[in-house]
Amino acid sequence: MALEKPYQDVPGTTIFDAEQSRKGYWLNQFCMSLMKAGNRARFKADEAAYLDGWPMTDAQRAAVRARDLNECIRLGGNIYFLAKLGATDGRSFQQMAGSMTGMTEAEYREMMLRGGRSIEGNRFVGEDGDAQAHRQPQGAAGKTADKEA
Amino acid sequence: MARITASVYTSHVPAIGAALDQGKSDEPYWRPLFRGYDFSKSWLAERRPDVVFLVYNDHATAFSLDLIPTFAIGMGERFDPADEGWGPRPVPPVFGHPALAAHIAQSVIQQDFDLTLVNRMDVDHGLTVPLSLMCAGPQGADAAWPFKVIPFAVNVVQYPVPSGRRCFQLGQALRRAVETFDEDLDVQVWGTGGMSHQLQGPRAGLINREWDNAWMDRLIADPAACSRVPHIDYVREAGSEGIELVMWLIARGAMADVAGGAAPKVAHRFYHVPCSNTAVGHLILEDT
Repeated sequence: MALEKPYQDVPGTTIFDAEQSRKGYWLNQFCMSLMKAGNRARFKADEAAYLDGWPMTDAQRAAVRARDLNECIRLGGNIYFLAKLGATDGRSFQQMAGSMTGMTEAEYREMMLRGGRSIEGNRFVGEDGDAQAHRQPQGAAGKTADKEA
Repeated sequence: MARITASVYTSHVPAIGAALDQGKSDEPYWRPLFRGYDFSKSWLAERRPDVVFLVYNDHATAFSLDLIPTFAIGMGERFDPADEGWGPRPVPPVFGHPALAAHIAQSVIQQDFDLTLVNRMDVDHGLTVPLSLMCAGPQGADAAWPFKVIPFAVNVVQYPVPSGRRCFQLGQALRRAVETFDEDLDVQVWGTGGMSHQLQGPRAGLINREWDNAWMDRLIADPAACSRVPHIDYVREAGSEGIELVMWLIARGAMADVAGGAAPKVAHRFYHVPCSNTAVGHLILEDT
């Protein structure tokens, strides 16, 4: 019997629940390994070889290589674990969070200075707020990436 | 006998620690935030407790996906600042209070809360940033925090996390535990994390000033009703990481009025946006 998951109708949001945690176990444990300086150095020297040492799926490895945090999260990653990957790259939480919106770093910082993203239209899937699927990507970074693809 | 005299509530954004450690606290971006804690520093210096029971969450630091306890109490003599990927924060180690922690564990578990007892763990920004915000005086790695700290880690990372109601009840059990400890100790309970923020997905950067302030009003005036707010309301209204606010309910549940005493005095209240991705909220409540 399916259990209650009332958070599935929140737009632009993946809740790291027991099921996601099961999918993302090795992906997140790989991230955790980057808390040791020696592992960070080995990862930076040869990302592919380092990732091969972890029993992750190919899709998870590709998402890590691309630093596609939305995809990492979809595949079971959690932001607090992924933050170790960000730290290895020298990126702050704000840079990481911003990268998931399609905005440039400057656009995202500007949104936060204006008081953050509004809740209006962003409570339920199907409204018209800026976090809704039909309004992605939100900024210049995502639009450039779309053109290149 | 030991007694709980006050509770403190504050966000624990990691960028605050980074700003302090890099000497940026006087920059225009940071000044308004730190000004909100000026009162708190002098308040704490005047009413220095013997022990702070510090409720926070571990951010994939001490607890990997190998094992995440729902409620974990630090029993040890000493807890060191963790290396979260940038090297450890240059702040003092935390000294615990093993005797009081053991007493609380014994009492609270007998009141039906299944705590995990932890003798060794490093503590991350969730615990050290509130100390940096609240304490005056030198904070280098060779300095010392002015009181003992019992770390109390709550899982708010891997859902389902404990409900607000459960946290509120745990606070009540904690008060009963502290009041039966024979040593004459002044204890404060700090609840940390929040307020509205979301660090992931296309909805990252969500802030809900109106909801945060209404929730704070309710936490002060009607904590029992506040404790009944379901998880989904936090996620929907305050962002996926806004769920950290359930930890404030442990501190609120430990106040005298919940046990039939007088309502607490609101000594200080502060709210500020933005701090990195987050809305910062801060309260000090004194038992009267």
